[in-house]
Amino acid sequence: MKARLKFNKAGSMKFIGHLDIMRYFQKAFRRAGIDVAYSQGYSPHQLISFAAPLGVGLTSDGEYLDMQLNSTLPADEMLRLINEQLNEEIQVTSIKALSDESKNAMSIVAGADYKVSVKDGYYVCDDFTAKFAEFLANDNITIVKKTKKSEKEMDIKPFIYHHAFTLAEFNQEVGRNYEISVADEYENGAFVYMQLSTGSVDNLKPELVMDAFCQSIGVEYNKFAYQVHRMELYANDVTKEELEQGKRNLVPLEELGHELI
Amino acid sequence: MRKLALSDEILLTVEKPARYIGNEVNMVKKDLSNIDIRFCMCFPDVYEIGMSHLGIQILYDMFNRREDTYCERVYSPWTDLDKIMREQNIPLFALESQDPIKEFDFLGITLQYEMCYTNILQVLELSQIPIMTEDRTWDHPIVIGGGPCAYNPEPLAPFFDIFYIGEGETVYDQLLDVYKESRKNGESRTEFLQKAANIEGLYVPIFYDVTYNEDGTIKEFKPNRDDVPAVIKKQVEMHLSETTYPDKPLVPFIKVTQDRVVLEIQRGCIRGCRFCQAGMLYRPNRERRVDFLKDLAYKMLKNTGHEEISLSSLSSSDYSDLQELIYFLIDEFRSKGVNISLPSLRIDAFALDVMSKVQDVKKSSLTFAPEAGSQRLRNVIKKGLTEEQILTGARDAFLGGWNKVKLYFMLGLPTETEEDIEGIATLSDKIAREYYDAIPKENRKGRVAITASTSFFVPKPFTPFQWTRMATSEEFLDKQRFLNGKMKEQLNYRSIKYNWHEAELTLLEGVYARGDRKTAKVLYDAYKKGCLYDSWSEYFKYDVWMETFAENGIDPYFYTSRERSYDEVLPWDFIDAGVTKKYLMNEYEMAKSDQCTPNCREKCTGCGATKFGGGVCYESKA
Repeated sequence: MKARLKFNKAGSMKFIGHLDIMRYFQKAFRRAGIDVAYSQGYSPHQLISFAAPLGVGLTSDGEYLDMQLNSTLPADEMLRLINEQLNEEIQVTSIKALSDESKNAMSIVAGADYKVSVKDGYYVCDDFTAKFAEFLANDNITIVKKTKKSEKEMDIKPFIYHHAFTLAEFNQEVGRNYEISVADEYENGAFVYMQLSTGSVDNLKPELVMDAFCQSIGVEYNKFAYQVHRMELYANDVTKEELEQGKRNLVPLEELGHELI
Repeated sequence: MRKLALSDEILLTVEKPARYIGNEVNMVKKDLSNIDIRFCMCFPDVYEIGMSHLGIQILYDMFNRREDTYCERVYSPWTDLDKIMREQNIPLFALESQDPIKEFDFLGITLQYEMCYTNILQVLELSQIPIMTEDRTWDHPIVIGGGPCAYNPEPLAPFFDIFYIGEGETVYDQLLDVYKESRKNGESRTEFLQKAANIEGLYVPIFYDVTYNEDGTIKEFKPNRDDVPAVIKKQVEMHLSETTYPDKPLVPFIKVTQDRVVLEIQRGCIRGCRFCQAGMLYRPNRERRVDFLKDLAYKMLKNTGHEEISLSSLSSSDYSDLQELIYFLIDEFRSKGVNISLPSLRIDAFALDVMSKVQDVKKSSLTFAPEAGSQRLRNVIKKGLTEEQILTGARDAFLGGWNKVKLYFMLGLPTETEEDIEGIATLSDKIAREYYDAIPKENRKGRVAITASTSFFVPKPFTPFQWTRMATSEEFLDKQRFLNGKMKEQLNYRSIKYNWHEAELTLLEGVYARGDRKTAKVLYDAYKKGCLYDSWSEYFKYDVWMETFAENGIDPYFYTSRERSYDEVLPWDFIDAGVTKKYLMNEYEMAKSDQCTPNCREKCTGCGATKFGGGVCYESKA
């Protein structure tokens, strides 16, 4: 059977890259005695996959991992066993069962929530909030997207679904109830919440938005100045017809699963 | 939240930041308020190499079992971080607490190979610890070196406060107790070192002086005070099944060289190959009990989650219960998705059976290390492997479905002739012929693939070849060219791939393997000129090294290409490693007359290791 784990990533674990996190979980599952299914062959590997790779340096409250299990235990028991094997900077927060025909997390990611903060010791501009609001008020935000072959202009505005400067406001915007988070807090108070299009089709990284913002106010973009924190990953839970009509109904990946019994 | 020593910006700039953040699975955390002794263990190479080293894992576990001691780790920062740390004056820190190493009580550095010597100076300098022992005070850690290269500590003598000669399980506790006592009583650093020097196995270089003859050889080596011993005795742990072994080894985040559970099955070797330093240093041969190992395998796999286990030892085929152990590992763990990584085994029916059970035959290759191309030269080096054994082993493997063979040889062994070198090519060819003879055309899955690799022979202390002359770089290259030509003359040359090593690095290895105190200055100067990570070919600066030798008026060939006489005082003569000089001389003489001597299980040849009171020596007399 399939299961979906949601986990967070904080502190020094942000320096561990995606592939190493995968290996970290594989070993943790083995230590915890989780009955993960293996591929066949001379070098069997665990049948697990991640939703959307998180870049090195980013923290998160909303990472997902799908796994194939031979047998299960009650969800809270599984959670306990796994978390005992993980360090305090990476913890599993939910585990859900998936139906066998459900698509894997990687293929359905359509959106993500982020909190982007200006780190202490870095300065971007005065009145960050006001300037950022002004920036997002533009009808279109054109950036130059560089690919291996060419450079082309692209309007990223349609892919910025929501934004807010307080958690309460953001909760209202995206219809969620975010409370506690492993995100780092900074004293300068310069931060923004954003919901962005994510996934294989229209993938908008928050770093790209910050770069565009800096350009708009004539400040040089410093990639080290921001702490990007992912808060949630969404799938677009619509029918084929609705999708063709461009409809969007973002649902956190964990909500596509059901209680593990 | 753990506070890291490096800023986000630095960590996001350097390659593989996980090298510097610690917090790996099974990392030991301790409350510093209850700690008397802070020990930092260092492997002076990059993290991925250092984390693969079993010895550090053993000592880390052993030290941390002491309640009063917190042992942490450090590895050489990679060159990208090295640059930043120098620019920003960031002191080198330990992974666990992220605290500067200069605040520790001990910095223990393992000396595994000569080519990491400049990295030792890097670690000291980046730690902001005075590089020379004479410049250190109680404000600095006690810098202690151990491991195989400590058996000739002289090229490193000015940089270390203490060298530990032998296995870490034995006298470290004593040393730490003495240290605690010394600090408590307000003794001077020198008083402490004097006490340390009187613990068997510990060498404190500042208490010893060397004088030289006019020809540059050593005239005399002796203590410069009368309260320290003249001879340092190697320490050996005789009870390997009762000693500590890490059942919760560290599990790194990033892929390291040995990313698996490593089970050390025995120490020492009964074979006594004459070129092999480890085979002499780790005598007597001592096995760990198979039930002890089975239990450890369970615990270590459970506590790490590793998906692979490998066995570690010299000449694993000689371990008495090897079949029982390997079949146990296969039966218990293979079905749970655990790979069994095999040590190099003598190719026989058992080896082929387990190889077919744990490896994809089509992909795996079998390995032979004949070391020399002719039987005569194999006799000289006492490599107990005959051509017949190799050919039969290869034939059986070909019939079993293998078609890849790896062969390892050395060039420049004592008494080597062109005939012996040509033997490398003809032996490779004979193996290819075995394949074409054994497998009918219609059953062949393509050509046989033979990879023959040669490295250069470097004479090491405490081996029968410690007196021998090492070939020069030019000679090595000539030998290599000659062999390459011979390879091309073989009937099956298209089935044979010949790999070789760089010759230039070998010279340096040769100098530091048998160097004396005079070579320390060259090391220091070369490091100051930017030599670092010498074993990494992209960083090895041969010209700088040669220039530095010249500036110091030191001829590297004095250390490498000179046959020493038996009465010459060798830089490591003050160390009693168990094997006697008389035995080594006898072995060298036998080598020069192309003769083998029996291995330890066949017949005792009186090497001297029997004085440790155990091992094979006693087995045969029981």
